[in-house]
Amino acid sequence: MLAHPFDTILAISRRELLIAGSACAAAATADAQSAPAPRPADAPPPPASTITLQVNGQSHRLTLDNRTSLLDALREHLHLTGTKKGCDHGQCGACTVLLDGRRVNSCLTLAVMHDGAQLTTIEGLGTPARLHPLQAAFIAHDGYQCGYCTPGQICSAVGMLNELRQGIPSHVSTDLQARPQLTNDELRERMSGNICRCGAYSNIAEAISEVAGAEVRS
Amino acid sequence: MKAFTFEKAASPEAAARAAAAQPGARFIAGGTNLLDLMKLQIETPPHLIDVNGLGFDRIEPTDAGGLRIGALVRNTDLAADARVRRDYPVLSRALLAGASGQLRNRATTAGNLLQRTRCPYFYDTNQACNKRQPGSGCAALDGGVTRQLGVLGTSSACIATHPSDMAVAMRVLDASVETLQPGGQARRIPIAELHRLPGDAPQRETVLAPGELITAVTLPPPVGGVQVYRKVRDRSSYAFALVSVAAIVQKDGSGRVALGGVAPKPWRVEAAEAELPWGAAATAAKLLAGATPTHDNEFKLTLAQRTLAAVLAQAKAAT
Repeated sequence: MLAHPFDTILAISRRELLIAGSACAAAATADAQSAPAPRPADAPPPPASTITLQVNGQSHRLTLDNRTSLLDALREHLHLTGTKKGCDHGQCGACTVLLDGRRVNSCLTLAVMHDGAQLTTIEGLGTPARLHPLQAAFIAHDGYQCGYCTPGQICSAVGMLNELRQGIPSHVSTDLQARPQLTNDELRERMSGNICRCGAYSNIAEAISEVAGAEVRS
Repeated sequence: MKAFTFEKAASPEAAARAAAAQPGARFIAGGTNLLDLMKLQIETPPHLIDVNGLGFDRIEPTDAGGLRIGALVRNTDLAADARVRRDYPVLSRALLAGASGQLRNRATTAGNLLQRTRCPYFYDTNQACNKRQPGSGCAALDGGVTRQLGVLGTSSACIATHPSDMAVAMRVLDASVETLQPGGQARRIPIAELHRLPGDAPQRETVLAPGELITAVTLPPPVGGVQVYRKVRDRSSYAFALVSVAAIVQKDGSGRVALGGVAPKPWRVEAAEAELPWGAAATAAKLLAGATPTHDNEFKLTLAQRTLAAVLAQAKAAT
């Protein structure tokens, strides 16, 4: 009997599948005009800078090509691959980290702009043995399918709840003078910078609401 | 991304001098627009000057009774400032209608004013674009999809819009932009004069000289009234405006109005405001006069008038 195509797919691990997928994506990119021309052997190295980053409580000294985004510094140089690269243009939120306590898109800022900054990534929020309450809530509420957007969703939610505690209003706040409450409308507006391609939004909203301890009104 | 050299500016004067000395150099603050464009090689600065450490991150009262907003104040902090929420709510509302929480945490006041158009043909380096490559033509006007693009103040060279929400509120509040020129002189530019219409040189978007650094935006004393910012877009969050209306309406029905999403700059026609007590149709007739829509974006004229009508009704209900 011929093997069902799905059997072949299931025989390779998810990680191998992802690597194979990345290779296809890389091959596709190489055809695009954005692929850099090979650098002649005698060309000077691209301009670089040396910075120190405090990531999840640890200090790292790095010399980086000036072009390195904060996201690539975390993933490619510090090997903290929990933070994900989705669109690389600030549209999807998968790369969200906490920079000096505030949520930002790490793809849209340069590492060399952040000498001395304090960063928290998903790896710094919790560990498998000691989950952050939001990590536990995402598991309990099944707040994902493929999981690729999840680190960004969780870092964004941490930052969003801080913003709410500070009384920062949102587009859907009816009264700019009143203290904002975490209604379902508020939560969805405030999390709109994080896209979930699988569409797990309702479970994500439930997970965040549980941690916020808010009574969610629709 | 093209390689570039990088420096952290030691002082505003040094930043302006460094920018003027190196053709093509750019200031970087939030970076949320510039880095996006650099990745696509639409912007290819050989040198970046990081201005984040220059201390323009405070909001202070002015002697005249207004507010002076530092160029580096982040959009989140400006929208949340208690004085802005109380005295200039149209500005808070406009800021909160733009971008996402993450982007507002980085994007700055000056950077928001200087952000570039999101015209899809400007972004696609395979297409002709007079703004990106002067003289190459306009793929939007040459049979392109123009639904999102401008209907007022455009030219035969370019029909791109300015994408900012914040700038529309600043325009209706009569803000001024304070700058430092490379020679060390300061100047003040009314926001109405900051952005240029495209004409035959759409690559020149503002009146700023090379190396001229925005240091602050000042607001005149509060004018009261009911302040509304209403944005119409294809989804309810995290999208650019098809049409937006910023309005300040007084008890007697007089007021001010500016439009976003329709022109290369915030669109305000002071002469049209005399019509506000007579309603949206009378005001729109003057505000939208001279419009040159395409078949695809003609709907923006109807949408602008209807959005204005909704805003005036909302203001009337609130007085």
